Amino acid sequence: MATLIKTYCYHCGDICSTEIIRNDDKDFCCNGCSQVYHILKNHKLGNYYKLNNHPGESKKIIDKRFDYLNDSEIAAKLISFKDDNKIVVSFYIPAIHCSSCIWLLERLNTLNPGIIENRVDFLKKQVDIQFNHHQISLGEVAKLLHDIGYEPLISLQDVVKQSHQAKDQLLPKIAVAGFCFGNVMLLSFPAYFGLSVADQRFGHFFSLLSLIFSIPAIAYSGSDYFVKAYQSLKNGILNIDFPLALGIFVLFLRSLTDYIFNVGEGFADSLTGLIFFLLIGKFMQQKTYYHLSFERDYRSFFPVAVQVIDAKNEEISVPLEKLKQGDRISIRNQEIIPADAILLRGNAAIDFSFVTGESEPVSKVIGEIIYAGGRQIGGIIELEVIKPVSQSYLTSLWNNDAFVKPKKDKIKTFVEKVGKYFSIILLLIASGALLYWLPQNWQLGLNAFTAVLIVACPCALALSTPFTMAAAISVFDKNKFYLKNTAVVEQLAAINQIVLDKTGTVTISGDYGIAFSGTLSATDKSIIYHICKNSNHPHSKKICSFLDLQPIVKVEDYFEIPGSGITAMVGKELVGIGSHFFITNQQKNNAQFPEVHIKIGDRYLGYFTIKQTMRPKLAEILIDLNQNYQTYLLSGDTDHEKDLFAKFFNKKHLLFKQTPQNKLDFIYQKQQESAKIMMIGDGLNDAGALKQSDAGIAVTDHINNFTPGSDAILDGESLHLLPTFLRFSKSAVKIIHQSFAISLTYNIIGIGFAISGSLTPLVAAILMPLSTITIISFTSIAVHLAAKKHKLNL
Amino acid sequence: MNTIFFLIGCSILLALLFLIAFFWAHKNGQNNDLYTPAIRILLDDETDLEENKKTEN
Repeated sequence: MATLIKTYCYHCGDICSTEIIRNDDKDFCCNGCSQVYHILKNHKLGNYYKLNNHPGESKKIIDKRFDYLNDSEIAAKLISFKDDNKIVVSFYIPAIHCSSCIWLLERLNTLNPGIIENRVDFLKKQVDIQFNHHQISLGEVAKLLHDIGYEPLISLQDVVKQSHQAKDQLLPKIAVAGFCFGNVMLLSFPAYFGLSVADQRFGHFFSLLSLIFSIPAIAYSGSDYFVKAYQSLKNGILNIDFPLALGIFVLFLRSLTDYIFNVGEGFADSLTGLIFFLLIGKFMQQKTYYHLSFERDYRSFFPVAVQVIDAKNEEISVPLEKLKQGDRISIRNQEIIPADAILLRGNAAIDFSFVTGESEPVSKVIGEIIYAGGRQIGGIIELEVIKPVSQSYLTSLWNNDAFVKPKKDKIKTFVEKVGKYFSIILLLIASGALLYWLPQNWQLGLNAFTAVLIVACPCALALSTPFTMAAAISVFDKNKFYLKNTAVVEQLAAINQIVLDKTGTVTISGDYGIAFSGTLSATDKSIIYHICKNSNHPHSKKICSFLDLQPIVKVEDYFEIPGSGITAMVGKELVGIGSHFFITNQQKNNAQFPEVHIKIGDRYLGYFTIKQTMRPKLAEILIDLNQNYQTYLLSGDTDHEKDLFAKFFNKKHLLFKQTPQNKLDFIYQKQQESAKIMMIGDGLNDAGALKQSDAGIAVTDHINNFTPGSDAILDGESLHLLPTFLRFSKSAVKIIHQSFAISLTYNIIGIGFAISGSLTPLVAAILMPLSTITIISFTSIAVHLAAKKHKLNL
Repeated sequence: MNTIFFLIGCSILLALLFLIAFFWAHKNGQNNDLYTPAIRILLDDETDLEENKKTEN
């Protein structure tokens, strides 16, 4: 008798729905999990299970090949260091999620002595492995990781390594700026309180030291501002970097002349402080999500190598880019078809969930074309490639202009818009002051001219955006909405039309509601359960988990006809489970959802319907969005669900049978009508539209899954917050405007001092940090309050 | 009062040493992973808790 209590797998913690394997008094959901347990137990690594409950990842998908890693060309791309004795390689392992993972992965050498040392980086989900390649090959290392349930994800587009170079450079710069700023402040303090005549020689010495300290601050830490200002001037753009660079330069020049002519203590304190605060702002702005990537294209989704069948009928691993038209390839269970190809042999059931978000497998017959991006489910199939990888139906999308050219008409950020006018007005005021004083007193004129440039240096302005946005991004982050960079907040605030993808975005991909029409007795249930248990078809699996564990019945003569159904003998009765046609021999065309019909002996019992479930609260989201935005629905599917969506969308805004290219073109066309469009999608088929749109958001239900390149990644759980997110982004932009007003007030006060020629280093040294601190505290408090107002998690 | 010149030299030297120490640590990759070491230190070195318990009894 089966138990009624749900049993959880000791290794992965999944509910054992299809079978229970007992081992050592522990229950496992599948052979894979039980195997991992044994490997670890035999190597005395049982602690793995002590640190956390159910630390493993389900290992139901077995049989994976890493032969291709022995190809030296592919291996060379992955290896970061190699000498006679050892190789260092970094693998990205999405399964890393708890302290047990770290514990186990850092003890790999217990499992194989060929591994010298390994280090886990938890946030990046990365493991660096040093191994002796005489004892163990790269392929075997990957195999070992796979065997213990930590399959490395190897893709040609190695996104893991490149992402955080910029931040690396910034830290030392901040360190130097902070060092100079601290020392200069120490040296400037005596001057703030006034030096007696006897101490004048100290003052002179301190000024000299301060001047020396400001040199590394400018030349090393602040060099970026000069480079950027020069570049934008060369392109004929006046942006915020120009007044910043000018301010830094003038500050230094004034300090230098003050020292030479011995007329004051100089502005080195303001100068180093300015650079330090600016860099801090930059640092705040760079939030890196190590585990997310916003730049993925199809290469991340595709395998590194494919098995090509050569003339001698042998399988060899060939790197993806060397795959030619006419090659015969063999694709196994769970592998992805890398190029458009014709089916030559085998039963193809292709899951296009990567491409369309639709996880219902599609059966294909021999001779049919299978488009790239599908995942084979079932046995081995053989295909002939008809188009090279980059020219295939799906991948050719990446040859589109949207991917090749940089975005031109991107939404301008507030600082970009303001920067130009700010620079012009600043120069006008400065030269006005110079011209006014010049006839009377040229020294005072120069003094006023430089003072205006110093005091109006838009430090607070340059900081208002980074600090507001950094605070906003962390609010979004806590609500499971991950933004690529701070500019995205402003993009979100600017949009006025929203385009949604259907499958996987509006509906939950892979999650199907299942219902039975008809009546089933307890024996019927156990018969159906034990027949479906034998099948790998997703429908069978869903029926199994729907029925839950059932008492055992003996099943004989099991026979599965792909694409149709299953027949089996239970006792003396023939049981049929499958499509309507398979069971009744009659066509049924009007079915809205996939159906699985059941016949036991002569009794027709009814059918299971398997329908996609909509995301919860969808109606509320759309009603809310429709108030302020125009919404559209684009779907690659046929229009059989049209009526379902007509409630939420304007009928003209519902578009079905859209190819990936159609979606991109639709967005492009709307943009030509000067609409600002947000695209929300999930699959590779949305990649073009996501890229073309003004704000592309990828929705995913598992944050570690690969998402197509986008501006932001939204956890499916938080989709219902979307209208709130949009309102919050508008609040954030408003806060930037307000803080701009505050910093302008400070500037006007400062300019008042400057024009009258009475700006002393002390006034500058007070004004600059004061305005900075005001802006920082104002923005963080205001963002905090806005988040509270919109009821977002903090 | 001339000792101030000497003291300032000392303080700058000291600060420079810290700056150099930071650069050294940064180059050594100590800023690369700020999260994992915090967990790693909590993990025991014993190979199997179950076996240890047995031997204790």
